[in-house]
Amino acid sequence: MKLQRNGRSKALAIGAMALVGSLSLAACGSDDNADPKASGAPSAAAIACGKAGQLLGAGSTAQGNAIDTWKVAFGNACAGSTITYSGGGSGAGVQQFNQGKVAFAGSDSALKEADVTASKEICKTGQGINLPLVAGLISVIYNVDGVDNLVLDGPAIAGIFDSKIVKWNDPAIAKLNPTAKLPDAEIQAVHRSDDSGTTENLTKYLEKTSGGAWPYKASKTWAGKGGQSAAQSAGVSAQVKQVPNSISYAELSFAQTNNLKSAAIATGASKPVEATAANAAATFAKAKIAGTGSDLALTLDYATKEEGSYPLVLVTYEIVCDKGNKAETLDTLKSFLTYAVSDAGQQAIGTKGYVPLPKELSEKVKTAVTALA
Amino acid sequence: MSTATDSVAVAPQLRRGLTTNRLPSWAPAGIAVLSIVIGVAIGLLGSLDSKIQWGLLAGLAFVGLTYGLSAKVEGRRQAKDRLATSVVWLAFVLAVIPLAALVFYTVQQGASVVDARFLNHSMKGVLQTEAGGGVYHALLGTLMQVALATAMAAPIGLLTAVYLVEYGRGRLAKAVTFFVDVMTGIPSIVAGLFILSLWILLFGFQYSGFAGSLALAILMVPVVVRSTEEMLKLVPNELREASYALGVPKWKTILRVVLPTAIGGITTGVMLAVARITGETAPVMMLVFGSDIINENPFEGPQQSLPLYIWQQYQTNNDFGYARAWGAALVLIAFVMALNLVARGIARWRSPKSGH
Amino acid sequence: MTSSPPVASGGRARRGRSDSRRGDSIFFNLSRGSGVLLLVIMAAIAGFLTYRSFLSFGHNEGNFFTTFEWLPDAPVPTFGIAVLVFGTIASSIIAMVIAVPVAVGVALFISHYAPRRIAQPFAYLVDLLAAVPSIVYGLWGALFLVPHMSGLTSWMDEYLGWTYIFDSTKTGAAPRSLFTVGIVLAIMILPIITAVSREVFKQAPRMHEEAALALGATRWEMIRTAVLPFGRPGVISASMLGLGRALGETIAVATVLSSSPVLSLHLMDPGGGTFAQNIALRFGEAGENGRNALMASGLVLFVITLLVNGAARMIIARRKEYSGAN
Repeated sequence: MKLQRNGRSKALAIGAMALVGSLSLAACGSDDNADPKASGAPSAAAIACGKAGQLLGAGSTAQGNAIDTWKVAFGNACAGSTITYSGGGSGAGVQQFNQGKVAFAGSDSALKEADVTASKEICKTGQGINLPLVAGLISVIYNVDGVDNLVLDGPAIAGIFDSKIVKWNDPAIAKLNPTAKLPDAEIQAVHRSDDSGTTENLTKYLEKTSGGAWPYKASKTWAGKGGQSAAQSAGVSAQVKQVPNSISYAELSFAQTNNLKSAAIATGASKPVEATAANAAATFAKAKIAGTGSDLALTLDYATKEEGSYPLVLVTYEIVCDKGNKAETLDTLKSFLTYAVSDAGQQAIGTKGYVPLPKELSEKVKTAVTALA
Repeated sequence: MSTATDSVAVAPQLRRGLTTNRLPSWAPAGIAVLSIVIGVAIGLLGSLDSKIQWGLLAGLAFVGLTYGLSAKVEGRRQAKDRLATSVVWLAFVLAVIPLAALVFYTVQQGASVVDARFLNHSMKGVLQTEAGGGVYHALLGTLMQVALATAMAAPIGLLTAVYLVEYGRGRLAKAVTFFVDVMTGIPSIVAGLFILSLWILLFGFQYSGFAGSLALAILMVPVVVRSTEEMLKLVPNELREASYALGVPKWKTILRVVLPTAIGGITTGVMLAVARITGETAPVMMLVFGSDIINENPFEGPQQSLPLYIWQQYQTNNDFGYARAWGAALVLIAFVMALNLVARGIARWRSPKSGH
Repeated sequence: MTSSPPVASGGRARRGRSDSRRGDSIFFNLSRGSGVLLLVIMAAIAGFLTYRSFLSFGHNEGNFFTTFEWLPDAPVPTFGIAVLVFGTIASSIIAMVIAVPVAVGVALFISHYAPRRIAQPFAYLVDLLAAVPSIVYGLWGALFLVPHMSGLTSWMDEYLGWTYIFDSTKTGAAPRSLFTVGIVLAIMILPIITAVSREVFKQAPRMHEEAALALGATRWEMIRTAVLPFGRPGVISASMLGLGRALGETIAVATVLSSSPVLSLHLMDPGGGTFAQNIALRFGEAGENGRNALMASGLVLFVITLLVNGAARMIIARRKEYSGAN
């Protein structure tokens, strides 16, 4: 039986100490992370704080870093106001928004018809609208020794990710990279194992530009054959870093923080377009607004052939009610979004691997934000 | 081998019949060293790049050599015994290596960020892409959520176990036993989905630490029932009968005699269950919302939790995030370890001293 | 109620008796109530999963049991659990095949072989590891174990490739396969199985052990005849606890496995998927039908767990009669 134990109190003493330790810890925590060497947070003057309050948002992980940057700046400037954003995915974000659990949702794609209908219940007098606030681009990241300036085009990317092109020295790749020393090695194509807006945008691009080499419908779920997968952008970036001869796709910021090489894309312009924020901005400048009224859903031209326009772009929206936002959070919501779309806000995320919105578009968003009620 | 024959020669009249030839006492250690050498040698010569292979080869060599030598010197029966011993030792080593590697890796990765500042600061105002911040808000959240879950699950689990052991006859008891077993196998994510749909979507409550603890309680109850049941079964029937003989009613017997006798084991069981739910990620992820700031009210507003914090920091995919993730993992393991120690301490302290 | 027992006499005793009866009935009802509450919770979970599942079955153009893809939100919703069933069971079997023998060995080591001085702290370490959060196993698996597995994988491919199962056909790919997942799960459930088995082995009747030794049995023969038969139901029950955790593991599998809708017996190749991992990866972006479909897969996992536990119960019940315990 368990009862016979020679009573040794050492374990008890250690245990008690540990418990007391963890309990005493519970008495002295601090939210104050004010640091003398705080990052170049914008001066408080740039932010018009509204009424103090807590604002909840949820959704896309692709814009997680942007929201993170904004909320830190906003929180520093406006004592008492906190933004809490939970990056559980666009689908979950829209669902939470439509149940009235959060004040805004972050989404990788514009609201669907059914979602707009559903949002009318929460927005009472209005409906859910899409405000494009975070623009970005998708890098095709790769890890091949000795190849530094890889160039790919739509059909090649489609072939690689659908396991039709299996070797790095395949003629389809060699044709685009006449000077590169492509190894005779198998391509390790890595895609996202979770459903994501990044996959959706990539496949939208492939659908338009691969000339039939990508036979599937664009979707958040990966449809291609073969290859390997990893969860989240963090996961695929880690794979590309670890595994030689691998290729994948992720938002620009992941390529930057992991020092991964990004392929340039041959769009049909005179020379291949590098995956840079400036080149993506050129594409956004040509984006058309598909939404009506204050809904600013965008139509992106993935098949662009303009000089210096990077085609693999994505835009994520903040979804709010045009009218009928909750009264207690409306003020905070407006001042937060106003800051986000301001030049200061857009410049702040520009250094984090995102693309500042073109002036014309950001003015429209500003107008829409001001009109929120 | 020669030693064996020697010893027989020295004292034939004593040894004969009672003992057979034996390997010297240093033989297992010697064989272990030899087989490690073999493993390394094959590994180096065959240029096998994975240390796992070296270890497996050494292990195989150890078992094989022990059996072969022993069979030759000591006979089949002894050889089998040696074989069993060496396999058990090998199992021990096989188990220790990955587990030790895991703990070592976590400490190595996390120790550099864990300091007082890390422990008593939240992440408020800290960019994910920069250094700084801490786990205080997450630790506090986990502490509250687990405490609430325990407050719900422990009494229910305890009473159910009492019912099963002391009262349980017939169909209801059988059904409860079976479904407790099934409940131990509920995937944590399903428990999370269930509470999400019921508590938050159907009843319309907000995300909160409490919602998380509801899901954790579901996961905790079966473990408490199982362990308490086993402990109550260990209480000798003589104690119960003695109590009844004195005219003490059943419920008092249970409360005053049975439970106190088993309290040590019960506490251990509850604490192990607590340790188990403390590390749950999936259900908390969809229920507590997550937050950067300290929220001291588990019933209102978003709260953070340690496993969720680790997951979020891992996803930031930068060195500072990784460091914070490992630091938090270290804090979580230390926290669970502390709970375990407390459980063991209580078990030793409270269990009635036996007469032996 | 009126018939007073012969020993009880006097008002105080009588009141005490009725008090105690009330106390008894309150306590009985309380404890039975918690049992019933558990049943209600289980029924609620099962009912809720079933309800949501049926909502999704109407919107499925594929066969729920044989389709490989998981596309419930596509214009033509198609989803099935074939890959998930295979992946979940295969990875759990690998985990059990590795973990159970090792765990029994370790448990025996602690209870019967190790010197006391090693056994005590080691037993404690094992208990501790039973509580390491799965996310830590996941991170460790993805960042540490997978890079260390490639040598072993290619080695097994070379020498055991003829078994088909261990044949890896994708050269150069990181070994983020069902096999590696099985190993991570094995390491994860090892402490649980060990902890419970150890306690059971310790309870083996001393008299039997000593009798065996007195008859001249070697230590192994003693263990085989006196300890193992006694411990068998406990080990099975411990294994089921471990299996339950392996079947439902989410985060560790999601970080380690390279999932894809492919059903292949090449367990060393990246690919496959498990129920819990699929739910975790798809839930965030799922639409209405997608969420229901995920619930349906949760229901299947639930049923699998139920069957496995029921089977284990039956085995334990039957073994008990022969074990000679008690």
